Amino acid sequence: MARQPDGPPPPPTVQKLRLRYTKRGPLRFASHRDLARALERALRRAQVPMAFSAGFSPHPKISYMGAAPTGAASEAEYVEIGLSARCDPEAVRVALDASLPPGIDVLECVEAGEGTGGLAERLDATRWRIDLAGVDPAELGDAVAALLAADVVTVAKKTKNGPRDIDARAAVVSASVSEGAGCAILHVVVRQLTPTVRPDDVLAALAAVADLHPPLPPRAVREAQGRLDDSGEVADPLAQDREAGSRCQGEPQPV
Amino acid sequence: MTVESLYPRLEPLLAQVQKPIQYVGGELNAQTKPWDDVAVHWALMYPDAYEVGLPNQGLMILYEVLNERADALAERTYAVWPDLAGLMRANGVGQFTLENHRPVHDFDFLGVSFATELGYTNLLDALDLAGVPLHAVDRDESHPVVVAGGHAAFNPEPVSDFVDCAVLGDGEQVVGDMTDVHSAWTAAGRPGGRTELLARLSRVEGVYVPQFYAVSYLPDGTIAAFTPTRDDVPTTIAKRTVMDLDEWPYPKQPLVPLAESVHERMSVEIFRGCTRGCRFCQAGMITRPVRERTITGIGSMVDAGLKATGYEEVGLLSLSSADHSEIGQLAKELADRYEGTNTGLSLPSTRVDAFNVTLANELSRNGRRSGLTFAPEGGSERIRRVINKTVSKEDLVRTVTTAYANGWRQVKLYFMCGLPTETDEDVLEIAELAVEVIRAGREAAGNKDIRCTVSIGGFVPKPHTPFQWASQASAETIDHRLRVLRDAINADRRIGRSIGLRYHDGKPGVIEGLLSRGDRRVGRVIERVWRDGGHFDGWSEHFSYDRWATAAAEELAPFGVDLAWYTTRERGEHEVLPWDHLESGLDKEWLWDDWQEALNEDEVADCRWTPCYDCGVCPTMGTEIQIGPTGRSLIPLTPIGAGPRPGVTAQVDVDVEASVADPVHTH
Ligand code: SF4
Repeated sequence: MARQPDGPPPPPTVQKLRLRYTKRGPLRFASHRDLARALERALRRAQVPMAFSAGFSPHPKISYMGAAPTGAASEAEYVEIGLSARCDPEAVRVALDASLPPGIDVLECVEAGEGTGGLAERLDATRWRIDLAGVDPAELGDAVAALLAADVVTVAKKTKNGPRDIDARAAVVSASVSEGAGCAILHVVVRQLTPTVRPDDVLAALAAVADLHPPLPPRAVREAQGRLDDSGEVADPLAQDREAGSRCQGEPQPV
Repeated sequence: MTVESLYPRLEPLLAQVQKPIQYVGGELNAQTKPWDDVAVHWALMYPDAYEVGLPNQGLMILYEVLNERADALAERTYAVWPDLAGLMRANGVGQFTLENHRPVHDFDFLGVSFATELGYTNLLDALDLAGVPLHAVDRDESHPVVVAGGHAAFNPEPVSDFVDCAVLGDGEQVVGDMTDVHSAWTAAGRPGGRTELLARLSRVEGVYVPQFYAVSYLPDGTIAAFTPTRDDVPTTIAKRTVMDLDEWPYPKQPLVPLAESVHERMSVEIFRGCTRGCRFCQAGMITRPVRERTITGIGSMVDAGLKATGYEEVGLLSLSSADHSEIGQLAKELADRYEGTNTGLSLPSTRVDAFNVTLANELSRNGRRSGLTFAPEGGSERIRRVINKTVSKEDLVRTVTTAYANGWRQVKLYFMCGLPTETDEDVLEIAELAVEVIRAGREAAGNKDIRCTVSIGGFVPKPHTPFQWASQASAETIDHRLRVLRDAINADRRIGRSIGLRYHDGKPGVIEGLLSRGDRRVGRVIERVWRDGGHFDGWSEHFSYDRWATAAAEELAPFGVDLAWYTTRERGEHEVLPWDHLESGLDKEWLWDDWQEALNEDEVADCRWTPCYDCGVCPTMGTEIQIGPTGRSLIPLTPIGAGPRPGVTAQVDVDVEASVADPVHTH
């Protein structure tokens, strides 16, 4: 017989907020679990009135989605939080940002728009920028052309259950090259498939098709995350919520 | 002097190692100061992995105390795992601090906190990575002064070749005194070089500089004498004691890592010292007398700490938390204050005592009753008299049964094995006890859904305790007793499956024993083990008994002693012990008498509630017991997590007013 805690059940979720935040500088080495811990503590310090699950170990209502891998920086991580009292999204953004370590910066906070559907479904592609120090842009250009020309590029991906062959090419929507200071820059839009094709897998694909081996560890930044639009660009996943918000102006009141 | 950050060179390496987050710093409440703004620079090290070292209270306290000074800064460094250490060596990147990735080599002090002797090889690893000569006598003014602190520093002889100083006792004040000495010496143009600096430090109370003392040995291998080699250094070194803990409310802003650590909670030290007199317990012996923080001092540390960290759990820390003179009131008032805030309150493992169940019930009022831990330590009533931790078998079973009856599902019991005078029968009583606990517990709980975990470790005799003369049980003895215990528990499957047994084999304890009661000759063994690749000795995947045993055999042979001589050999009353010149305040005669009483199975009471029995500490150190009750109580306040705060919610005013107006003591 399962014991239930005494007292009333936790208050229900009355508002959902969707946040975009970053993983910058040295904090690119944070894992998704590190980020989750930091976020939960920051929510407490900022005294955001979180809604909690019921039971003996109540958990704050937070949905994480599509975390960038450990070692990759990001300008576009998303999370949804459930609140037990209505709050001004901008006030929450400011308070939470102040409570998080520098490098995890909360850029946007919007109320989930009524009837706009789930946020996770809107995160189906990422635009990556990958800096490859010591690589000649022309050489990278050739490699990218070879990758795009291929139908299938099989790479061995490290998973919990050992290496697994995946087709990295299938996930690549578009790719281009530019030149940076002492490095070649790869811009690549990748579709979020299962298992996820990560920057490492794209580089493994370039090694497979063109024998490209960067002399230094690559530095990847997730520049945008969202739904692929008709032109193959990554659309802002919070746009619908923002639109829905502006239709019902004046509510909630900022303090 | 400008000190460059090693980060740009470290960063490419981090992409290639496990858990890189532990090397980047950026913890909440970490502090950074410009290098050139201060005169004295401290690197503080915990010589184990980040996840173990970060929560260390001692280090956090000194970190804040030093950083509060206008003329000093302190940064932290931890042991680097072999994957990164290898890359650092290959790329010429030195041991670094986390705040600004400054090279440890460039600091004025490297303070290392040794909670256990198994961190010694990691000290050598860090010195080597930092580019600091391993041997103190090979260092010059460009190198940091290497300082050992923590409980193991009460016998620093095994690491005396590698450290410049050892600090005995509470660190809060002594680090300030050392900072003063260093800045005065620098301001005066560094007269007399490093030797003069160390001589000045050796005159700071609590600071021991091993290189200014010589040890001679008798033909039988024991110590003949211990003599200062300069006439301006003290012949004995006494520990430091901080009085009035309320004046030292540290850590005020506990560090919160991004990475996972072994303690996902904050701690508040509710008192320091213990006079229960458990004879095996070095911590209790060397931290006397008892100094309590007041209930109001604790209340404001809990409040400030939760607000500064966002942690959901607070541990009320001490050597025997239920003994705080105001603990009942404290538990009730804290539970009142944090009711409905999802804040957990906990006590560390406690004595077997019905009152502790009441306390734990109070602290877990909101319903989280997962596990409760008791530490009877000894398996039989007889052995519990020997170690002076008396509790009858009936009381033990009754207390644990009460816990089950109160809704606790899981009880953990801590024991030791290999205690002086112990026989197989003493250890086998643990099995009887566990079986009885489960039988009575099932009845009390009304179901079979309860568990008892027996956690048992080999006993290691420690300096400055009545057992410092004792023969340590051999690894074979420990392993044999653990085996018979396991068989006895498994004998009745119907009960046995509700009992978990956790134990470690006896070998690491033997090495800990060598390092605990070792003398200067053991330094060669440590260095040899490190040169042969030894480090992270507290981790079973890195610890190698064979490496230690071989090193001990070969390095100690020229002195005519061996591993057994340091561990299983019983010492005589008049033998000069390697730590005799280091004063914990305990009178050696009192310790000897207490040792004899242990052999006679005689108990000694606690001097908080009975007259002083002259252990020696208070008169020698000029200290006294500081306990309450103060008669004060916690004032109402708005705790973190109680509700929204101004500026965040749309309907703040009502909520905040309500929680402020609501008196805390409503129950
Ligand atoms: S000197 Fe006396 S009062 Fe002080 S700790 Fe020892 S026994 Fe207790």
